[in-house]
Amino acid sequence: MVSRAMAGTSPIREEEARIREEFALFDDPRGRLEYIIELGKGLPPLEESARTEANRVRGCQSQVWLVADYDPASDRLSFRADSDALIVRGLIALLLRLYSGRHPAEIASHEPEVFEDIGLSRLLTPGRQNGLWSMIRRIREIASVYAGRAAAVSAG
Amino acid sequence: MNALQPAAIATTGSLDVEAVRAQFPILATRVHGRPLVYLDSAASAQKPQRVIDALTRFYERDYANIHRGVYELSQRASELHDRTRRRVQAFLGAADWREIVFVRNATEGINLVAYAFLLPRLAAGDEILVTEMEHHANIVPWQLVASRTGARVVPAPITPTGEVDLDAFAERIGPRTKLVAFTWVSNVLGTVNPVADMVALARRRGVPVLVDAAQAVQHFPVDLRALDADFLVFSMHKLYGPSGVGVLWGRAELLEAMPPWQGGGDMIERVSFAGTTFNDIPFRFEAGTPDIAGIVASAEAIGFVEDLGLEAIARHEGELLAHAEAALAGVPGLRILGSPRRRASVLAFTIDGVHPQDIGMLLDLDGIAIRTGHHCAMPLHARLGLAASARMSIGVYNTHAEIDALATSLRRIVGMLR
Repeated sequence: MVSRAMAGTSPIREEEARIREEFALFDDPRGRLEYIIELGKGLPPLEESARTEANRVRGCQSQVWLVADYDPASDRLSFRADSDALIVRGLIALLLRLYSGRHPAEIASHEPEVFEDIGLSRLLTPGRQNGLWSMIRRIREIASVYAGRAAAVSAG
Repeated sequence: MNALQPAAIATTGSLDVEAVRAQFPILATRVHGRPLVYLDSAASAQKPQRVIDALTRFYERDYANIHRGVYELSQRASELHDRTRRRVQAFLGAADWREIVFVRNATEGINLVAYAFLLPRLAAGDEILVTEMEHHANIVPWQLVASRTGARVVPAPITPTGEVDLDAFAERIGPRTKLVAFTWVSNVLGTVNPVADMVALARRRGVPVLVDAAQAVQHFPVDLRALDADFLVFSMHKLYGPSGVGVLWGRAELLEAMPPWQGGGDMIERVSFAGTTFNDIPFRFEAGTPDIAGIVASAEAIGFVEDLGLEAIARHEGELLAHAEAALAGVPGLRILGSPRRRASVLAFTIDGVHPQDIGMLLDLDGIAIRTGHHCAMPLHARLGLAASARMSIGVYNTHAEIDALATSLRRIVGMLR
């Protein structure tokens, strides 16, 4: 497990590079936002039963639900999420590409600078209520919990 | 007498909107490469050059702290500061300049009344009557003082058209009602409430009344002499003035009987460790150095609307609002919230299958600024079965062409998202 985490490029970093390349095709905010909307349209919806109060991510102007599943055998966290706003669904699609199916330790230690690189830094300001910042915080909180457990297990 | 249409106000000529726009430097700027279309004046209005100049001039030539120094600058600053108070008094038709208290915003004015006036009078089981269409600023301060005493905040319902149900409102004024507080104009529905009637209903039962005029004073003439209220609040930043200055008007006899709320400089008469005596009204409620420059420049904001004439402003904005209702009705799936008989400045709407946040972010790319979300009126949105809405609101500087630009962008966005 330690050797994987210390590898030169991580899967999250590789995905970040792909996202940067995709967004490099757009030179204005309109193109970027329209692309995010297309990603949003392609995001699989979350089943109605998962749209619970417990799964709600607070601090969003739209409604956002996030479900995390941890597989102890592979030490991987998978995420599913949804929103009633299309642009937020697009942002969710990007977040899932980055973080779903990764090791908790990798998620918890990852700084999501990619959103600044692709021109979305304004969406990351706390208090903007667009949800991106709140979603990232929730994902990292969940990852920290499982990363802590895995560390405790391997130490024990 | 109808408080909205005082007979004394002379009819003025029609408003030259291009001449008005020329006074607002920000309206000549571009956003995302498009001319700015600012349709969020209900959140805050843009500032005319004369307000900006007054702020700058004051800092450049006249600045010092007020009510302290015997030297020329301090006396000049004090005089300019006091001049605004008298300007506000005349603007509202208040009987006495001492009834004008400067606060930071309408919200702070309501909090001041909640703590200094209402809290000492509250007991368990008492009630504060508001309406379902209130801004959070006219709900939460009352809840805070109610929670300290076991009192409760009671909402009067609205009708399906988005007006206060006057019969239900009257019924809810009971023996335990210690204050009635309501907005003149809804910041979501744009409804202009029949405030004179509502004040009369409360006063007839001897219950004090606070009117939230934050969405009113910039849209039509307001005259306290035609309104039998006890307190009224508004914010200068929605009246084309600086941010950070609000006004609380209160009847002199009520203010005089109220204890201070915040302690500090300027609000005292004499301080010793044995005890402190307090200054007269309104200074008793103005602890610490205020936004002196903002207060000084506020006189120019009042001058701006008075020179145009609030009757002329009301006419121009009324025409624009009617045009907006017609233009937005042509957008597929768009539904305007409420259909009150009288409306000022504000239209909130939803579009079937499209989230308001998406609307707002895409309009931004077209240089169009509107508000999306709950607009600090979550109980009203819950009443309407909504979590959020989009809201356009007009100011004196908006044009028919800007409304058309909004409708065109909305049609394109609907085509793109649905």
